[in-house]
Amino acid sequence: MATGMLGEDGIHVDMNHLKKGEVNLGTSIMAINFRDGVILGADSRTTTGAYIANRVTDKLTQVHDTIWCCRSGSAADTQAVADIVHYHLGMYGITNDEPPTTQTAAAIFQELCYDNKDQLSAGMIIAGYDHRHGGQVYSIPLGGSLHKQPYAIGGSGSTYIYGYCDANWRENMTEAEGVNFVKGALKEAIKWDGSSGGVIRMVVLTARGVQRHLYLPDHNDYEGPGTK
Amino acid sequence: MTSIGTGYDLSNSVFSPDGRNFQVEYAVKAVENGGTAIGIRCKDGIVLALEKLITSKLLKPGANKRIATVDRNMGVVSSGLLPDGRHFVSRARDEAAEWRRLYKSPTPTSALANRMGSYVQMYTLYSSVRPFGVTAIVGGWDSEAELPVDGQVGSGPKVGSGGKKDGAKYGGPFLYMIEPSGLYWGYYGAATGKGRQIAKSELEKLSLSEGNLSLEEGVKEAARIIYVAHDDNKDKDFELEMTWVSSLDGPTKGRHEEVPKELREEAERLAKKALEGDDDDDDDEKMEE
Repeated sequence: MATGMLGEDGIHVDMNHLKKGEVNLGTSIMAINFRDGVILGADSRTTTGAYIANRVTDKLTQVHDTIWCCRSGSAADTQAVADIVHYHLGMYGITNDEPPTTQTAAAIFQELCYDNKDQLSAGMIIAGYDHRHGGQVYSIPLGGSLHKQPYAIGGSGSTYIYGYCDANWRENMTEAEGVNFVKGALKEAIKWDGSSGGVIRMVVLTARGVQRHLYLPDHNDYEGPGTK
Repeated sequence: MTSIGTGYDLSNSVFSPDGRNFQVEYAVKAVENGGTAIGIRCKDGIVLALEKLITSKLLKPGANKRIATVDRNMGVVSSGLLPDGRHFVSRARDEAAEWRRLYKSPTPTSALANRMGSYVQMYTLYSSVRPFGVTAIVGGWDSEAELPVDGQVGSGPKVGSGGKKDGAKYGGPFLYMIEPSGLYWGYYGAATGKGRQIAKSELEKLSLSEGNLSLEEGVKEAARIIYVAHDDNKDKDFELEMTWVSSLDGPTKGRHEEVPKELREEAERLAKKALEGDDDDDDDEKMEE
């Protein structure tokens, strides 16, 4: 298509323009603000058409110490973009002797996603914590715009949980409430979206640092390594 | 100078046997002939001041400004060769713009000083160029507020970001001076040009490191120091040029601007008065203002 990802009407985005056989993260991802910082969450399904190429994918990617992103869209594109941002933030931290902020990360993500919008199929959610700004959530959907949000959802599975999130979202939740909210939302997304599934992964970013969570389909309250 | 005729002072890329780069040292000489330039780091902002020597009666008073704005929150004053100063400013603006393009936020003063230090240093390495004939003073206010990404849409939670640590201070006034060698340091008070020795000793008397001098006091001190530093060479006429940057709730709202005419004229009046009166008495008087 000549106009990149926009349809013939120039308005609707073509969601089915992956190359034949390209690996897709037909995904459910989200990130929320809570009392102490941010929580990122994602399912773990990677598909090539109908085939599940990976059932335990990690779609939560670290780009700096306490700046992470959720990836949706083409696996290759989003990995490449995250790699470039990872490089930039590493350089920023070294040359300026000061860790980059979530804003810096969001700015670089957006620059890449907007400048290369015709080539990319990448929907990203950026979430990070720093002492100056606290936890912040930014969403960069397909066209490369940048939105600061209290919480963000993305990927094909997110369409099923707009209602759930709107009904259950509260500001200033505790960590346990936040984890429950993300878990509940992703559980619904996985239930209804055929392209989402597997386990639920989470990353909690606070002043304490990074903490990973893993929730298996048949065990709702995972308490093993990573939760303490 | 003993080095003359040895041949080691003819090219940038050649060291003398005792490890000196004479071209850089000659560039410093060029700076030492320029009008005095100073910068003061006050507790709530930065003042930059310049003794602009008037080379012709045909020049319009108040025109041909020499202190430049590099980014909204940052200014540069230099002494030495004027065109070199202009090129320095032009490059500094490019650096600030490039930073904004990549990071979508204003350049921290320290980062700009670092980039310009590297730039100036490169002109000491190659035989095809000569070093900068300027020493530049860079002053800026790094915003104490949270900075959005340029062009972002929306805001976070209404209750504010989770886990934010209150009470910590960020940003503030920053002052750097970059020499022809590329060397740069951060300063409380910086002076360069013809009257730098007098200006430096006056700056030291202000005890700037204690962080008690307010911006408005700083403006008056800056004017006085330029007048005092000029005292020795009464031959040439000069104009006082002054700019300042304050905090977001200060008079310039975080921007680098010219000091308003009324305030500058008041500062000049006091400076002239201080020159006429006994210095010691006058210092006591000034503390009351």
